[in-house]
Amino acid sequence: MNDTKGRYRTLIGHRLFWPVAVLVAMLAANTIYRPGFLSIELKDGHLYGSPIDILRLSAPLILVALGMTLVISTGGIDLSVGSVCAISGAMACMYISKQPDQNSLAVVVTALAMALGVALVLGVWNGVLVAVIGIQPIIATLILMVAGRGLAQLITQGQIITINSGPFRSIGLGHLLTLPLAIFIALAAALLVAAFTRRTALGMIIESVGGNAEASRLAGIRSGRVIFLAYVVSAVCAAVAGFMMTANVSSADGNAVGLWVELDAILAVVIGGTSLAGGRFFLSGTILGALIIQTLTTTVYAMNISPQTSLLFKAVVVIAVCLIQAPAFRAKFSRRRRSAPPPPRPVADKPKEQVPA
Amino acid sequence: MTTGSLTAPRRTRIRLPRRQVPVLATLALLLVMYGIGVSQYTAFSNVQVIFNVFIDNGFLLVVAVGMTFVILTGGIDLSVGSVVAMTAMVSADLLQKGLPAALVLVIALLIGPTLGLLMGCAIHFFDIQPFIVTLAGMFFARGMCTFISGSSIPITDGFWTRMSQERIGNSQGNFVSISVLIAFAVVLVAAYVLAYTRLGRNVYAVGGNPQSALLMGLPLGRTRIAVYTISGLCSAIGGILLSFYTLSGAPLIAVGMELDVIAAVVIGGTVLTGGSGYVFGTVLGVLVLGVIQTLITFDGSLNSWWTKIVIGGLLFAFILLQRLIGIRYK
Repeated sequence: MNDTKGRYRTLIGHRLFWPVAVLVAMLAANTIYRPGFLSIELKDGHLYGSPIDILRLSAPLILVALGMTLVISTGGIDLSVGSVCAISGAMACMYISKQPDQNSLAVVVTALAMALGVALVLGVWNGVLVAVIGIQPIIATLILMVAGRGLAQLITQGQIITINSGPFRSIGLGHLLTLPLAIFIALAAALLVAAFTRRTALGMIIESVGGNAEASRLAGIRSGRVIFLAYVVSAVCAAVAGFMMTANVSSADGNAVGLWVELDAILAVVIGGTSLAGGRFFLSGTILGALIIQTLTTTVYAMNISPQTSLLFKAVVVIAVCLIQAPAFRAKFSRRRRSAPPPPRPVADKPKEQVPA
Repeated sequence: MTTGSLTAPRRTRIRLPRRQVPVLATLALLLVMYGIGVSQYTAFSNVQVIFNVFIDNGFLLVVAVGMTFVILTGGIDLSVGSVVAMTAMVSADLLQKGLPAALVLVIALLIGPTLGLLMGCAIHFFDIQPFIVTLAGMFFARGMCTFISGSSIPITDGFWTRMSQERIGNSQGNFVSISVLIAFAVVLVAAYVLAYTRLGRNVYAVGGNPQSALLMGLPLGRTRIAVYTISGLCSAIGGILLSFYTLSGAPLIAVGMELDVIAAVVIGGTVLTGGSGYVFGTVLGVLVLGVIQTLITFDGSLNSWWTKIVIGGLLFAFILLQRLIGIRYK
């Protein structure tokens, strides 16, 4: 009896319990509302169905959120990812649209390389502002967020550029082994980041920098370089996500591509259990968070509610998740729930002390 | 801060000019830009050009004043643009349903502060980052807009049209709208509150160092909640002014306005970590944005996206300036 209770408590206490529970609840609600929701069918050698759609559409968000997780775990934030998506997408489409043979693989690869190069430069710009000049991350990336939209429109000359390129479109809509290619790209990126951060010391270094950059520096970690790297990785992830978004619709619109993706990404990271204060990150949680957001969006579409109104639901989710994670709220809640003193919280839940640098 | 204590004697000697360097730089920039405009285009020297900047940016000015309060305490309010849109939407919707203008005005002016109050409470009592709370507020308000109506609602109410079309001017044909007067009134009240009331001094103290403010016995929580409520109120007034200006409520109006507002406040010399800045600087910041837009409109060959690029560039320059003159920046 006691053992079952203990196991139950461990399960509830697991950091992925709530995200998984929310995801399952949403899928269940969808299935009740529309019984055919979970069915997947094989057509022309490709799998089709709502779950596959959710996976495919969440791929760009997963990519952006991966980069964002690294940035947030260093104690920063990257608001410019949406603009970077727009710029990289615009860059690639612009180059492809100028070429005589849009279907040539070489052209597409060159375009992608060029756009990635630009994204690298933008990431370096953010990194220099934050790590070298020492500007507050939120404001340093705000600069690129504002100016980046303008740059994207400058690249496309304010037009919506449409292209007709098979190889480029396959980034967003192609299939591999019956599944959409976008899923594999997102998965590969996630595995790559996970391998680098969790199989080497890099992850721990990032967390220590997020915990206290100055103390880490004194302990012999090049804090500046780690923070710098996080912004560069974030920009590259955003660029790849930008390719997917533009490939999905085969056109680049400097205004619309990646609009509000930074907010969705931050939301995904927060839902996944990564603290906005930095010092701890959970890649698996982030991916779950991204899936939750995409499921929410799909649900709202399926229920015939206007897409903009889905923001209302997102607002509720953000506040609920933040309240659940807030130590102050938890303390109040658990005090009311049981008279006995609550069990000692894991160290991760402790609010970070403000240490004057 | 170790460096701070080492350089303390030097800083007290030249503290005053340092504090005001960002504002003076903004003023200089504004004058230079205006000078360029006058030298390039003959019509630019017309006084009406300046009046038009105020007419077109009156609502931005009011919202920026509210944001100045929030940023002075070291917080940030991302919800302003959505609250502006929501206020305009709610008033348009209620007017369409035939409610009297006075009642609509009261309801519309109450929504913003209420949302601000709730956000302030969430930030203070549950210790959640202002960034994420106001982000949720932004989602909520924007969602409410489309929840009310998916398309734009025209306003035909007599009071609204009168406020929109009334011109106050001299015999030479130069005029301002009533919105501009309201915006000026808000600026004056805000400047008075910040400079001469207890609340204003608390705002500076909390922004300068929350722990010291708390140890001094200042009401940290009340001040924090108050600034978000003030920001909500200013956004609501801004929303009303915007509905005067456009005579409609549209669900997607003022998207991304929060960025313009934050940019205006920063260009106006308010430090983002809080504790230093003036409402007067914010007025200059808004004017800078307005003059940039006017210059780009006058030029004709430049496209609207240059506005964003220039604003981004200016934002960068001013943050760098704040950094160089050594204002404390985390």
